[in-house]
Amino acid sequence: MLRIENLTKRYKTGDTALKSVNLEVPKGQVLALIGPSGAGKSTLIRCVNRLVEPTEGRILLGDKELTTLGSGQLRKARRSMAMIFQEYALVERLSVMENVLSGRLGYVSFWRSFTRRFPQSDVTEAYRLLERVGLDHMADKRADELSGGQRQRVGICRALIQNPALLLVDEPTASLDPKTSRQIMRLICELCEERGLAAIINIHDVLLAQMFAKRIVGLQLGEIVYDGVPDGLTPDQLTLIYGEEDWEATIDKVKDESDEIESIEIVQ
Amino acid sequence: MISKAPAQRVWKRKPMITNPKLRWGLIGGVVVYLIIAFYTMEVDWGRVAAGMPRAERFLGSFFPPDFTSRWEDIYVGIVESLWMTVVSTVVGIAISIPVGLGAARNLSSRPVYLFCRGVLAVSRTFPEIILALFAVKLFGFGPFAGIVALSIATIGFYGKLLAEDIEDMDPVQAEAIKSTGAGWFQWLNYAVQPQVMPRMIGLGMYRFDINFRESAVVGIVGGGGIGATLLTSFDRYEFDTSAAILLVIITIVMFVEYSSGFIRKWVQ
Repeated sequence: MLRIENLTKRYKTGDTALKSVNLEVPKGQVLALIGPSGAGKSTLIRCVNRLVEPTEGRILLGDKELTTLGSGQLRKARRSMAMIFQEYALVERLSVMENVLSGRLGYVSFWRSFTRRFPQSDVTEAYRLLERVGLDHMADKRADELSGGQRQRVGICRALIQNPALLLVDEPTASLDPKTSRQIMRLICELCEERGLAAIINIHDVLLAQMFAKRIVGLQLGEIVYDGVPDGLTPDQLTLIYGEEDWEATIDKVKDESDEIESIEIVQ
Repeated sequence: MISKAPAQRVWKRKPMITNPKLRWGLIGGVVVYLIIAFYTMEVDWGRVAAGMPRAERFLGSFFPPDFTSRWEDIYVGIVESLWMTVVSTVVGIAISIPVGLGAARNLSSRPVYLFCRGVLAVSRTFPEIILALFAVKLFGFGPFAGIVALSIATIGFYGKLLAEDIEDMDPVQAEAIKSTGAGWFQWLNYAVQPQVMPRMIGLGMYRFDINFRESAVVGIVGGGGIGATLLTSFDRYEFDTSAAILLVIITIVMFVEYSSGFIRKWVQ
C-alpha cells in the first residue's frame, strides 16, 4: 500500500540522512523502524507526509505519487497519513476536544473550524475515540493539564479521527515510563488491527519493537541493514544496526517477558 | 618510597576576550573615554544653585491641583485622548498582524520576510513625536494626525513582537497540525494562535497604555487629545490645572496597568 522507491534526503547542511531507501508496507502491517539516533528514522517518516521534502526518489501511497503533489493535493493526501509524535505534540492551550477535532481540519472548511462548529458526526466520533482510550470525561480539560500517557492517548485519537490508511508514529514512547510505554504500544497495535491500518513506528526500544511489531526494519546511517521478523534479530544483526555491544541480555529478556505482557491490562 | 604529591591543577574562568592586549586595551579605552566625557560636560554650579529655588516655586505652584476651573477642557481632552488611544491601538494591531506574520522567518518566504521586516524597521525608526510632526504637517492639526502617528508606532512595536513570538513557538505542535492536512489559515488558527495569544493580549494592553501616554505627547505638537490641553495650561501658567491633568493621566495609566495584569492572568 505504501511504496518507497530510492528515497534520498540530503539536508542543506550537506548531511545525507537517507541513502536510496526502498521499502514496501502492505495494507494492515505494523512495522517497527529501529536504529540509533541520527540513523534517519524521523526523516524517513517525515518524508512520507512531506513535512520534510525528499531530495530524490518516489513515494507511492496506493497508486498516488506523493512526491509530486501540489500543495492542495498534498493536504488531501495528508488526511490519509496520520502522525503520532514523540512529545505528543498536542497544542497545549487548546482543550482535549479541540485537539482531537483538529484531526478533522483537512475535511472541514476554515469557517467551520474557526467557529468550532464541526459536523455532529465528527463530534460523535471524537467522543467515541476518547471513550475507547478512556478519556471522554477529560474532553474540556486543557491539553497541558494531562499526564504524559493521557496526552499520548489524545494524540492517538487525533490521528485516528483523520480516518487514515497509514499511521506514521515517531518515537511514541520515548518520553513515557516503561509501563505506560507498553500500554501505548499495545493500544496503537490493537487499534491498527481493529481498523486494518498500516503503521510505521519509529522506536528506540528494541524490546518493545520485538514485542509488538510483526516486522522489523533496521536503519543505520540512512540505509536499511535489516528487514525481517522480530525473532530474526540476532546479536550479530543488532551489532550491524547499532554497533558493538553485548546484546545477549536484550534478546533473552524478550523471551521471558513476552508471556507476562499478555496479562497487563490498560489502566486508566 | 614516597611518591611526589601531584601538582595542584589550578582553574580560572576563561575570560570573555582571550587576547589580553585587546582586553586591557578595551577596558583602558572605555575608562579614558568616560574621564574625557565627564570633563567635557560643563556644569555651571551657580546656575544649578539658582535653579533650585525656582524648582521649588515651580513645583509649589502645582499644589493644590485644580480640577474645577478648567474641568470642561480636561474632560474633553481626556475623552479625546481615550478614543484616539482606542482607535490607534485597534487599527495599529489590525495592520500589524499581517505584517508580523510576514516578518516571522518560520512562516513566510524570504522576499516577504525582508519586506515586512523593512516595514517594521522603518516604523520603529521614528519616535511617536516625530511621526506626529509628520502627520500634523500632512493632515493638519487635530486628533486624526495623532491617530495616524500612534497607529504607525503601534505597527512597529506590535508587529515586531508578534513576529518574534511566532518565531519562538514550539515547531512540533505546528508540525502536528500541518500533518492533519489543515489549510494555512486553519493551521494559523489551531497551531500558531493558541501559542502566541496570551502574550499578544498582554502586549496589546501594554501598547494601549503606551498609546495613552503618547497621546499626551503627540498633543503637544498638535496631534489633539489631552496633550493640547496640557500645553495650553502650561502656556497660561495655570500649573495647578497642569497638575490636575497629570494626576488624571497617572490615574488612568495605573488603572490600565492594573487591569492588564488581571486580564493577562485570566487568559493564561
